[in-house]
Amino acid sequence: MDVAIKATGLRKSYGDFVAVDGVDFEIPKGVCFGFLGPNGAGKTTTMRMIYRASPVGDGSLEILGHEAAGGRNDRKIKQKIGVVPQEDNLDQELSVRENLEVFARFYGLDRKQAKARAVELLDFVRLSERADSKVLELSGGMKRRVLIARGLVGAPELVVLDEPTTGLDPQARINLWERMRDLKRKEATLILTTHYMDEAEQLCDSLVIMDKGKIVAQGRPRDLIRQHVSSHVVEIEIAAGRHANAGPSGESAAGAIAELSALAKRHEQHQDRLLLYVDNGEEVVTRAAQLLPDAETLLRRSTLEDVFLRITGRGLEE
Amino acid sequence: MRLPGDIDLTTSVSVWRRNLTEYSHTWMTNVLPNFFDPVLYLLGMGLGLGMFVGRGVGGLTYIEFIAPGLMAASAMQGASFESTYNVFVKMNFAKLYDAYLATPAQIQDIAFGELLWAVSRGLIYGCAFFAVLCGFTLFGHRVIVSPWAVLLPVAMAMTATMFALIGLTFTASIRNINYYGFYYTLWLTPLFLFSGIFFPLDNPQMAGGHAETIAWFTPLFHCVRLMRGLAQGPLDWTHGMSALWVLVVIAVLLVVVPRRMRKRMVH
Ligand SMILES: Nc1ncnc2c1ncn2[C@@H]1O[C@H](COP(=O)(O)OP(=O)(O)OP(=O)(O)O)[C@@H](O)[C@H]1O
Ligand SMILES: [Mg+2]
Repeated sequence: MDVAIKATGLRKSYGDFVAVDGVDFEIPKGVCFGFLGPNGAGKTTTMRMIYRASPVGDGSLEILGHEAAGGRNDRKIKQKIGVVPQEDNLDQELSVRENLEVFARFYGLDRKQAKARAVELLDFVRLSERADSKVLELSGGMKRRVLIARGLVGAPELVVLDEPTTGLDPQARINLWERMRDLKRKEATLILTTHYMDEAEQLCDSLVIMDKGKIVAQGRPRDLIRQHVSSHVVEIEIAAGRHANAGPSGESAAGAIAELSALAKRHEQHQDRLLLYVDNGEEVVTRAAQLLPDAETLLRRSTLEDVFLRITGRGLEE
Repeated sequence: MRLPGDIDLTTSVSVWRRNLTEYSHTWMTNVLPNFFDPVLYLLGMGLGLGMFVGRGVGGLTYIEFIAPGLMAASAMQGASFESTYNVFVKMNFAKLYDAYLATPAQIQDIAFGELLWAVSRGLIYGCAFFAVLCGFTLFGHRVIVSPWAVLLPVAMAMTATMFALIGLTFTASIRNINYYGFYYTLWLTPLFLFSGIFFPLDNPQMAGGHAETIAWFTPLFHCVRLMRGLAQGPLDWTHGMSALWVLVVIAVLLVVVPRRMRKRMVH
C-alpha cells in the first residue's frame, strides 16, 4: 500500500507554546483520513504544515515522497496538493470564475487550460450560473463551494480540507459529501478535519483524534467505537420521573441507578442524565423500565461522538 | 523561468495579472484620481506661484523648472500607494497571500509580483504625466528639450522600483494600518517638498549651504536630479552617481524585502 503522508515525531511550537507535540501518523494513498479534536487541539497547525504554509517545527514529515522539513521541496509538494482552508480567503475583488482562473495559473496552467478548468470545476460544485458573480455577493455556503473548487484547480493528488462543511445547511453538507466521494472515486487522497462526528463516521476510512497537540486515539471509525465504547448506549432521563413526582423516592432511585450502572460496561451520570454503555441493550432497557418506570429511556447505537467525548474527556460536564 | 533568489517569474506574472484584472474593474475610481495630483501641482504651483517667481530658476521659467521633478514624484506616488495600503490589505485583511501560499507560489514570487505591479502603476502615472509635459512642450514651454528624454521612462521605472521596495519594506514591518499616517506625513511628504522639485538645493543660504548634501542621503532627490538631467540637460557625472545610488538601494532592498515578507507571513 502506497503511503501519501508519513509523520514521525512531528512538532510545532509558537514561542513557548507547543501546538503540535510530537505526533506520528501514516496516511495511505487513496483514503479519506480524518483529524478530529476539540478547539485548539492542533489540527489546523498540522494541516498547515502538510500544505506547506507553515514550516515543520521538528521531526519528519514525508509528503508524496518528498521530505517537507527544511522547506526545500515546498514547490514540488504544493504542486500536488489542493487546499480548502478553514478561513475564507477568497479574493473578494474578483468574480467566482476569475478566482479559479487566477489560482489555476499558479499551478502552471496556461490561459486556455485555466479557463477550461474553471468551467469544469464550477460545474463540479454546481455553481455554473454564478460564475460571473462577485464573491461578495455569494452566500456562505456558496463561498465554501468556491473554496472547494479553488482547492481542486491544480488537479491535486492530495486534498486537504480544514472544516469544509462548517456553517453549511444540511443540503449543502450532503452535497459536499457527494463531491468528496466523487474525489475519492478519482483516487485522490483526502485529509479532512471536522467537528461533525457523523461526517467523520460517514467519510473517513481512518482517523486520528488529537487533544492538546497530541494524538490520543487512531483507527477506523467502527474499530474506535468497538475499542473505546460499547456497541450501544442507553440514555435515561432520570429527572423526568422525579419531576412528575410519581417515581420512586430519591433513595430507591439511587439504588436503581446503582443497579443499572452495574449492568453496563461503563456509565456516566451528568446531572439528571444517566448514560449506560452496554452491549446487551434490550436487556438493560427492560430492566430500566422496571426499576425507573417513569424515566424516559432511549436506546441507540454508539457513535463516534461517544468515543470523542470519552477520549477527550470534556463531555457534558463542561 | 527562475530568477535569482528563487523567484518563479511565471508565478509573479500571475500575481501581476490578478492585479490587472482587479483594476480592469475599478480603474475609473482607483487609478484616474491619482493621475490628476501632479497635474494640479504643475498648474497650481507652476502657473500660479510661477507668476511671482518672475526671474525663473537658472534660465528656466518656474513651471519648466518644477515639471521634471513632479514626474519623479508621480512615479513615487503610484508605486507607494500600491506597495503600502493595497499590499497591507491583501496581506492582513483579505488573507490573500495565505491563499497564494497554499498553491505552488512562494513568498518571493508573490513579493516580486506585487513589486512588478507597483512599478507598473508608477510607470502608468509617470508616463501619463510625461505625455502631459510633452503637450506643454508643444505649446512653447521648454520642458522636454533634451534628446536624452527618451530615457525618462527608464528613470521612472527606477524611481517606481525603489519606492515600491521601500513601501514593501515598511508594509512588511508594521502590524497596524494606521502606521501609514507616519509613512505618508513624515516620509513621503517631506521628500516631496525638500528633494529639489520646487526650489534648487545648491543655494549657499539654504541650511548653511548643506541642503544638497543632506538631500543626497534621501531617495527622491536622486530621482529628481535624474529626471531633470534627462529632460533638460546637461548631463554630467552627478547624474551617473544618482543613477548608481538608486540602483544600489534597489539591489539591497531586493534582498531585504523577500526576507522581511517571509518573516512576517510564514510561521
Ligand atoms: N500563529 C500562531 N501563533 C501562536 N499560536 C498559534 C498560532 N496558530 C495557532 N496557534 C495556537 O496553537 C493551538 C492550536 O491551534 P489550531 O489552529 O491548530 O487548532 P485547531 O485544532 O485547528 O482548532 P479549531 O478546531 O478551533 O480549528 C491553539 O492554541 C492556537 O492558539
Ligand atoms: Mg482549526
